Amino acid sequence: MPTFNDILIMVPEFYLVAAACVLLLADAFLPAHQRGPTLHWASIFVLVAGIYLVVAHQPDGAVTAFNGMFIRDGVAEILKVFALLCTILVFIYAKPYLSDRKLFIGEFYTLMLFALIGVMLLVSAGNLIMIYLGLELLTLSSYALVALNRDSELSSEAAIKYFVLGALASGMLLYGMSMVYGATNTLDLVQLRDAIPHSTMPHLLVFGLIFMIIGVAFKLGAAPFHMWIPDVYQGAPTAVTVFVGSAPKLAAFGMAFRLLATGMGDMAHQWQLMLAVLAVLSLAVGNLVAIVQTNLKRLLAYSTISHMGYLLLGLVNAGPEGYSSAMFYAISYALMSTAAFGVILALSRAGFECEEIEDFKGLNQRSPWMAFLMLLCMFSLAGVPPMFGFFAKLLVLQAAIHAGMMWLAIVGAVFAIIGLYYYLHVVKVMYFDKPVEGTVVRLQPDFTLRLALSVNALVLLVLGVYWGPLLGWCKQAFVG
Amino acid sequence: MITLSHFIVLGAILFCISVAGLFINRKNVIVLLMAIELMLLAVNINFVAFSRFNHDVAGQVFVFFILTVAAAESAIGLAILVLLFRNRSTVNVTEIDSMKG
Repeated sequence: MPTFNDILIMVPEFYLVAAACVLLLADAFLPAHQRGPTLHWASIFVLVAGIYLVVAHQPDGAVTAFNGMFIRDGVAEILKVFALLCTILVFIYAKPYLSDRKLFIGEFYTLMLFALIGVMLLVSAGNLIMIYLGLELLTLSSYALVALNRDSELSSEAAIKYFVLGALASGMLLYGMSMVYGATNTLDLVQLRDAIPHSTMPHLLVFGLIFMIIGVAFKLGAAPFHMWIPDVYQGAPTAVTVFVGSAPKLAAFGMAFRLLATGMGDMAHQWQLMLAVLAVLSLAVGNLVAIVQTNLKRLLAYSTISHMGYLLLGLVNAGPEGYSSAMFYAISYALMSTAAFGVILALSRAGFECEEIEDFKGLNQRSPWMAFLMLLCMFSLAGVPPMFGFFAKLLVLQAAIHAGMMWLAIVGAVFAIIGLYYYLHVVKVMYFDKPVEGTVVRLQPDFTLRLALSVNALVLLVLGVYWGPLLGWCKQAFVG
Repeated sequence: MITLSHFIVLGAILFCISVAGLFINRKNVIVLLMAIELMLLAVNINFVAFSRFNHDVAGQVFVFFILTVAAAESAIGLAILVLLFRNRSTVNVTEIDSMKG
């Protein structure tokens, strides 16, 4: 029977569900001119309080609620804190963009909150049912968010592609789950781990594992299951792209960790090699195809694919060191991509999407500070020392070497150098090219946006030098 | 005598039909939605069969959740489809290709 204690363990999630419902009602009953600003500030307040609830009363070690359905441990805590943080940043960055395009509506905020609840349930899932439900809550909200701009052809095309491929991925994942369930007779991840060595149907288990990895790779956006990423990133309104690139990546890492490490930990020697293949393909596809892109959003989409390759390098290690480095990488990627899309949002205005690389020509002469922030993002994404991204890359490469896969680390390093080219190309365009005649960059005058964006980008530099505490926190989560 | 493997093979056949429907289909997006539904139902057959033959009820509970989510999923899918038709006046798969590269 569920007890009061179970509810206490899940307080952050219950609180967010309640808050999202209240905001949904507020959207229906507030007068039109108050709706946007009220919802905006209320959502940010809700998320800040959510971070407090996640961090406060965090138990030592792992506790479970509702018969093992829900796990609250260090991993879940860190991922939730950063998912909430990224969503706050997304709300701040998105506001001027949305109001310029008449999209400053309640749906954006409530759908984002529900997607975030999906993220939080997914990273805390202790049962295959919870993984599926958390994932669907996240993706169903994301489909609707991508189609938020109802009059845009590109948006609706991106949404239908995202929907079809996302549903295919869910189907694959479920098919894998059904086989694993058949072979072990349990849906609980911890019991699953104990049941795997005694299973009488090892072939069925391997089959199930393969399908589940396909599902996870789809959600991460690892090649060859990456087809949706570029179209969704380009077609979705930038305010939504910035979200799709941040918190769901943390969730995908959480899902991979729960499924593979907790549930299928005994089969690590089987999935290590599968993940290694996915990693190499992602690094190759992401870095090589990004070179020819002219649209910055699409370029960042291919860069996502390559970054997911690096994240998989950490997972390949299949030990605490690998998991902590992969989590560190997921966090660094979420912060970097939020900042990079934040710059695009800050430079876009009504009737003008600042998303072609050409639009950034001579940005330094027009707005030195924005150019500098973008420079920080690009250096960090490329992995130039002393940025955050450099240290994260170093850790995952180290994890791959310690897993005895030297060749994989070498492949990773080579593609990091190839990747440098297209990131530095953006920097070159901003600093050394002349602005195109007739284009005027007018910055969004929103003060909170500029402040948050500056802090976000400078944090990439600060964490690159002062990475100790965050890494210590990540390592702590995987002890024991 | 119908055994577990019969059900698993049926599930696999349905799953393959649905995947083929997704990849071979070059005409209509609505057919894609039908293929997705079929895929989820194939999974349900697997779950129910395992649940019945392994004497564990959890699999059938999972099926309830899958059915519910599938309903929500097709609602969103159809909504996006209506949107697409309004913007593009077509639901032809081969014509949905304005983003490339």
